[in-house]
Amino acid sequence: MTGGATDTVARPLLELTGITKRYGDLLANDDVSLRVAPGEVVAMLGENGAGKSTLMKVVYGLVRPDAGTVAVDGRPLDISSPKDAMGAGIGMVTQEFSLVETMTVTDNVALSGTGLGRVDRAETRRRVVEAMERVGVSLDPDRLVGSLSIGERQRVEIVKALFHDCRVVILDEPTAVLTPQDVRALFETVRRLRAAGLGILVVSHKLREVAEISDRVVVLRRGRLVGDRVTATVRDEELAALMMGGSTDEVAAATATPAGEPSELEAAVGMGDPEPVQPAGAGPTTGEPVLLLTGLTVSRGGRDVLSGIDLTVRAGEIVGLAGVSGNGQTELVEVLSGTLPVTSGTLEVDGQDVTSADVGRRLAAGLGRLTEDRRGSVVPQMSVEYNLVLEDLPAYTKRGLLDRKAVRAHAEAMIERFDIRARPADAVATLSGGNMQKVLLARALARRPRVLVVAQPTRGLDIGAYRYVHQQLDELRTEGAGVLLVSEDLDELRALSDRVVVLFRGEVVGEMPVAEASPDRLGVLMAGGGSS
Amino acid sequence: MKFVLRGHEPRWLAPVAVLVAVLVTLALTAVPIRLAGAAPLAAYERYLVTPLTSTHGLHEVLLTATPLLFTGIAVAIAFRAGYWNIGAEGQFLLGAIGTTWVGTTFTDLPAPVALPLGFLAGAAGGLLWAVVPAWLKRRAGIDEVVTTLLLNPVALLVVQGLLNGPWRNSSSGFTDSDRLGSGFDLPALIPDSRVHWGFGVAVVVIVVTGVVLARTATGVRIKAAGQAPRAAEFSGVDVGRLQWRCALVSGAIAGLGGASQVMGVQHQLTAGISDGYGYTGVIVATLGGLSAIGVVLVALLLGDISVGAQNVSLVLQVPAQLGAMFSALLLLAVLSAMSWRRYRLQWRPRPRSGGSR
Ligand SMILES: Nc1ncnc2c1ncn2[C@@H]1O[C@H](COP(=O)(O)OP(=O)(O)OP(=O)(O)O)[C@@H](O)[C@H]1O
Ligand SMILES: [Mg+2]
Repeated sequence: MTGGATDTVARPLLELTGITKRYGDLLANDDVSLRVAPGEVVAMLGENGAGKSTLMKVVYGLVRPDAGTVAVDGRPLDISSPKDAMGAGIGMVTQEFSLVETMTVTDNVALSGTGLGRVDRAETRRRVVEAMERVGVSLDPDRLVGSLSIGERQRVEIVKALFHDCRVVILDEPTAVLTPQDVRALFETVRRLRAAGLGILVVSHKLREVAEISDRVVVLRRGRLVGDRVTATVRDEELAALMMGGSTDEVAAATATPAGEPSELEAAVGMGDPEPVQPAGAGPTTGEPVLLLTGLTVSRGGRDVLSGIDLTVRAGEIVGLAGVSGNGQTELVEVLSGTLPVTSGTLEVDGQDVTSADVGRRLAAGLGRLTEDRRGSVVPQMSVEYNLVLEDLPAYTKRGLLDRKAVRAHAEAMIERFDIRARPADAVATLSGGNMQKVLLARALARRPRVLVVAQPTRGLDIGAYRYVHQQLDELRTEGAGVLLVSEDLDELRALSDRVVVLFRGEVVGEMPVAEASPDRLGVLMAGGGSS
Repeated sequence: MKFVLRGHEPRWLAPVAVLVAVLVTLALTAVPIRLAGAAPLAAYERYLVTPLTSTHGLHEVLLTATPLLFTGIAVAIAFRAGYWNIGAEGQFLLGAIGTTWVGTTFTDLPAPVALPLGFLAGAAGGLLWAVVPAWLKRRAGIDEVVTTLLLNPVALLVVQGLLNGPWRNSSSGFTDSDRLGSGFDLPALIPDSRVHWGFGVAVVVIVVTGVVLARTATGVRIKAAGQAPRAAEFSGVDVGRLQWRCALVSGAIAGLGGASQVMGVQHQLTAGISDGYGYTGVIVATLGGLSAIGVVLVALLLGDISVGAQNVSLVLQVPAQLGAMFSALLLLAVLSAMSWRRYRLQWRPRPRSGGSR
C-alpha cells in the first residue's frame, strides 16, 4: 500500500463526487458527494428504494454511474468492475450473498482471488487463515459453506472482501439477516477494522445500530444526499425526519405519545423496543384453531429436522416462534407453505386437513405465506403487477381472459398502500431489496388469509414500512385471523405476539404467554436450556 | 468496450436490434455473393423484395411459411414453459405419418370428414412422438434437450422404413407412399394459387395460442414456470404438470404441420416431406421472441428469403444454399443483437492518469 498515514485527517480515503445514476426516468442517485476518512465508520440511512445499494454498487463497480467520480486517496479511479474496485483497495459485502455452498470456506474466499493463477492449496489456506485472524473471525477454513449458519456465511463474505489488502469496506445491510449475537460479532470486526485505519461505509435501517457503530451518518432520500451528521450529536428524530422528508416537528407530532411512555418513534427507530401496537397478551386466545399441527415430523436427508411438533394458532392471535436460526424454523415455514412434504403427523388450516394438499389447495383453505426465501417467491423478469396476483389468477379472470384493468388497478392500490417504489409494469428484478419484500407482503396480506405464516416480515424494511407491517399484522389479528410469526428479532416477537413458542433442534421446548416471555427466559430456552 | 447489465429496456430497442441485425447480415453475405460472381445489391433485391412484388411470389411466400408457422409456434409454447423441445422435426414427421396412414387407409372418405380426420391423425402422431421425452422428463428428470433431439433422426428412419417397406408406392414402386384419397386434398385458400387451407389452420392455431399466452391465467403461469420454476411452484403452479402439457401441445401442433404439408402440398408421404422445418421452427420461435406475432413475422421473413433464394440461384447463377446461409447468419446476428436487450455496450473511456490498474 502506498500513501502515508500521516496526514490522514485532511485527506479522505474514499471520495465520491457528483455521483448520478439514472434508470429510465428514475433518478436512483442524484449528484451524491461523500467522503470517508481513514479509520472512520460512516453509516448510511434511507428509505427503501432511496438509492443506497445503487450508490454502493457504483463504488464497487457493479453499476456504472451516468456522472460523477470515485476517488481513493485523492486519485480518481476508473472502476467498471468489482475487479477494478478490488484492485483499488475497495471490498464489499453485498445485500445478497454470493457463496458456493458445496465448496469450503477456503475455496470460497480464494474464488474471489484476482490473479492467483495456479492454485497452491496449502498456501491459499494459510493466507485465508491469516486473513481471518486479521479480521477477527474464527471459522474452520475446511468446512463446507453449505453447513454454515447465515451469520457465519456473512463472516465468510467479509473475509472474502478483506482477503486482499483493503482500505475501504462497504457493507450493505449487513445486520438484516443476523441474530443479535452475530451482530455483536460483526461490530467487533468493524471496530477492529476501524482501528486498523480502514474506511468503512455501512448501510442500515436500524438507528440503534447506527448509533452504536458509526462515527458519522449520512441520509439518502430519493437519490439525494440530504444529511450528513456526526453520530454522537444527532437526535433520532432528526434522522427520521431527514429520511422521511418532513420537518423534525412534524415527525415528532405524528408519532407523539402520552408523556412517560416511550414514543412510538423510539420504538420504531430502535426497531422493536418492546412497545406493542396493542397491549400484548390482550388478544383472545379462545378463538377456534385456524392452524393446527399435531405430531408433525419432517425428515430431510434421513434426519428429523422437525419432530413431533404440536402447535395451535387460534383465530385472533399472533403466535411468535422463537429460536436460533437453524433449529427448524425454515423447515416449518416450508412445510406449512407446501414446498416440503410432511413425513408424519397432520396439518390443518381452518378446520381442513391439508397435510398432503398442494399449494393451491392450501391457498384456497385460507393460508397466506411469506418465507425467508424472497428470491424463490418472485418471478424476477415478470412485472410487479403480475407477481402481485400470481397466487390469485382465477380471481382476475373474466370469461377466460385476464382482466388486465383489474390487475393494474390492484397493483396501483397495493403500490399506494405499501408505498412500493415501483411502477406496476416494472420487472421485479429492478426493485430495491425492501421494495421486493413489500411486494411479497402485499401479495400475502391482500388475500386476507385466515391464517398467515410469516418469516422475518420486516427484514430489510425501513422505519416507515416496519411500522406499517406491524400495524397490518395487528389488523389481521383484530379481524380474527391467526398469525404465526417467525422472527429472529426477539423484540419484534415480544412486541407483536400473544403467545411465544420456542423451537430447539426441531422440537417445541417451551410455550408461554408473552407476558412471561422475558428475553432471558427465551434466551435460555433457545439455547436448549429448557429441554429435558 | 464491455457489456453492462441493463435495467430498463426501452421500447424501441427490440425492433432496432432486429434492424441492425438484418443490416449486419446483409453486409456479411455480401462477401460470398461477390465470390459467387454476383452483385450483392441485386442479389438482396431478389432475396427480399422480388418475391413480394408479384402475386405469384407472395403466394409462394405464404406457402413456404406455412410449415414454419406450425413448427415455430409449437417450439415457442414449449420454450415459454421452460421445456426445451428440440424435437419438432420428429413430431412433424410423425404427424405426416399419421395423416398418411388415415389418408391411404380410408381413401373414400368425403372431404368434410377426411380433412378433420387428417389433421387429427397428424396431431396424434406429433403428440405420440412428444410423449416419450416428456414422460421421461417428468418421471425420471431426464433432460428433454437430449431426448427430443435424438428422436428426430429416429423419426426420419421410421419414415424411410415405411417407404422402403409396407408403404412403398404400389404403382410406381418408388419410395414414396401411395397418394392419399382425394377427400384429403386441402382446398386452395386463395383461388388459383398453391396456398392451401393449412395456412388458415396455422393462423387459427397461432391466434389461439397468442391469446392464451398473452391474455390468460394459463399464459401467466406458463411464463412463471419458464422463468422462475421455484417461484411458480411456490405460488401454486404445478410446474411439472404444466411443462408436460405444454410438451404435448407442442408436439401436437408440430404434428399438425406435418398433416398440413401432406394434405396441402405433397398429397403423399415422401422422405423429403420435411425440409428441416422442425429445426427451422426453433429459429423461428427464438427469433420471434417466443411470441405469437414474432413467430408470424419471422416465418414470413424466412419464407420470403427462401423463395428469393430459388429466384437468385436461377437468375444470378449463385448456389441456392446462399439462402440457407443468409437465414443462418441472420439467426446469429439477431441473437447477438438481442443481447442488447439485457446488456448495454459501454465504451470504456481511456483510464485517466493516476487511474489504478
Ligand atoms: N437495474 C435497475 N433497473 C431499474 N431500476 C432500478 C434498478 N436497480 C435499482 N433500481 C431502482 O433504483 C431505486 C434505488 O434502488 P436501491 O436498490 O439503490 O435502493 P436501496 O436504497 O438500497 O433500498 P433498500 O433499502 O430497499 O435496499 C429503486 O427505486 C429501484 O427500483
Ligand atoms: Mg438496498
